[in-house]
Amino acid sequence: MLFLLIRRGLRQHLVSTAVAVLLVALGMGLVVSVWVVRAEAEQSFTRSASGFDAVLGARGSKLQLVLNGLFHQEASPGNITAEDYQQVKALPMVDRAIPIVVGDNFRGVRLVGVSDDFFQNLEYAPDHVYTVEQGGRPFLVGQKEAVAGSLAAHQLGWSIGTTFHPFHGLDYNPEAQHSEIFTVVGVLAPTNTPADRVIWVPLEGVQRLGGHDPAAFTDLSAVLIRFKPGAKAAGLMLDTRYNRQGKRLTLAWPVASILADLFAKFSWFESALQALAYMVAVVAGASVFSSVYSSMSARKRDLAILRALGAHRGFLIAAVLGESAGIGLLGCALGFGLYAAIASTVQEILRTRIGVLFEPWAWNPVMVWGPLLMLGLSLLAGALPAWRAYRLSVADGLSPLS
Amino acid sequence: MDSTPALIIRDLVKTFTAPSGQRVDVLRIPFFQLEAGQHRAIRGESGLGKTTLMHIIAGILEADSGFVAVGGTELTGLSEARRDRLRAERLGYVFQTFNLLQGLSALENVMLGLAFGKGAETGTALAALARVGLADRAHYQPRQLSTGQQQRVAVARALANRPCLILADEPTGNLDAARGRKIVQLLRDSASALGSALLVASHDPAVLDSFEEVIDLAEINLVLPQEEEV
Repeated sequence: MLFLLIRRGLRQHLVSTAVAVLLVALGMGLVVSVWVVRAEAEQSFTRSASGFDAVLGARGSKLQLVLNGLFHQEASPGNITAEDYQQVKALPMVDRAIPIVVGDNFRGVRLVGVSDDFFQNLEYAPDHVYTVEQGGRPFLVGQKEAVAGSLAAHQLGWSIGTTFHPFHGLDYNPEAQHSEIFTVVGVLAPTNTPADRVIWVPLEGVQRLGGHDPAAFTDLSAVLIRFKPGAKAAGLMLDTRYNRQGKRLTLAWPVASILADLFAKFSWFESALQALAYMVAVVAGASVFSSVYSSMSARKRDLAILRALGAHRGFLIAAVLGESAGIGLLGCALGFGLYAAIASTVQEILRTRIGVLFEPWAWNPVMVWGPLLMLGLSLLAGALPAWRAYRLSVADGLSPLS
Repeated sequence: MDSTPALIIRDLVKTFTAPSGQRVDVLRIPFFQLEAGQHRAIRGESGLGKTTLMHIIAGILEADSGFVAVGGTELTGLSEARRDRLRAERLGYVFQTFNLLQGLSALENVMLGLAFGKGAETGTALAALARVGLADRAHYQPRQLSTGQQQRVAVARALANRPCLILADEPTGNLDAARGRKIVQLLRDSASALGSALLVASHDPAVLDSFEEVIDLAEINLVLPQEEEV
């Protein structure tokens, strides 16, 4: 019977109920989105560091090295020589050293020159190595062949056998097309890392394209480095060697803290979003209050009738609180829907623009406290109307309407 | 039949505080009794304390002093929760106007009359609707029913819990004389069928004429000017 009355109450004031439910949903969706996106975005970036510990490049910004080397964003701060690569590769604490070179694109999709080490059992995540999808094969060193990242292949509509002329530069300029023809010989199996968004070619593919400086044919953009397991001091040692003693190169290490610094730069924005989310939550609470409170006045007589039929005061409290809780619960359910919509948009943007995998349903405490917050606000909003219901004088409520 | 009186009132006093702060006597009833199954009407113009008396008998209001017992259970001195329970289980109440909850069907309204006592049961509620001839309107909303039909639903609700005492406060308030008489007859027939006592408070001659036993509120309430003294 209580449930029946709550449902009736919500239905009778359908418009104000609907508005309150929508606002609760909005508040809840925003709160959960802001918190999850904040935590999960950083996580997904760190996860997408593809298992590399450091990036070695020309003297410059560490962040730029990381973005260019691991996320295929921004430009390279400069070139390093093949000797630099050979030296770092030979160091005992270095497990893998993968040279890359950038500078060309195909219709905005970046070409990344890489040594064929790339296909030699290189892990991008524990127990996951870069492989070429069935039917294809890795490019051959020295050949004008390409392996497209899965997302790039999808975007460009490429399959094995497709040929293309690359364009010069990192940004697409239709006038700067190279004359060389490349052939797609494989598609990289999806990795959910930025590697999916680019076209992989042999180092020489980028180095020796027409128009590139012959003197720089062996130059590299960066070397991606993984330390040997257990080589704990490796980072510190290389940091000292390149960043403190040397003046020509920069070692971007540790990648996670460089990314954390990047996210710290956006923390004011997160704080603003958080404040906004809280404000919407409070407005939602106010609208629950106004919905339940105004319907209270209209229902004084109904509540008096219930009392006259033998309902005790506690029942009226339960009926009123039940109504605000009902709004809260409906709002939370809808709020999760809203969050799913926001999260899938964020997921799609991060996947296609940066190539990082955003997991919207990864565990985050806000999934529990977000709904609890909105439910608590709803109940709080129902408290005063419930108190009025409790204090209701049956005799007054029953006096004939005149 | 149970011979315990349905209602006993002794030395009942009820005062209200006027806006001026002065205490104003509303009820002062030395004695009033209703036997089990007895039907009586109380005559009184509005504003003379009829509704207050009904509310005290129903346990909605507390008397300042005195003794009120319904079906052998003393109300005075009971906690509010116990009075609520007693009202839900032993009393039926028919109000003057607008007494059905909009948004609930006729059946659900009748079930409300059971919900706080023995528990809402569809079968019992349907039987109560059938007694007032509205079995086929069980799922109608109040606004789909005529005023007379709404009042019949209200009667069914008051009777659903088979109360030992039915209170009706101006039960024909917004009905014309002919319909009013029909409702009173329905109330009386239903009360008789259940063996319930019936106490009706009204100023409507059409209602009062239907009762063999009519008593002036002034006769039992000493606060009011006593007619024989005038």
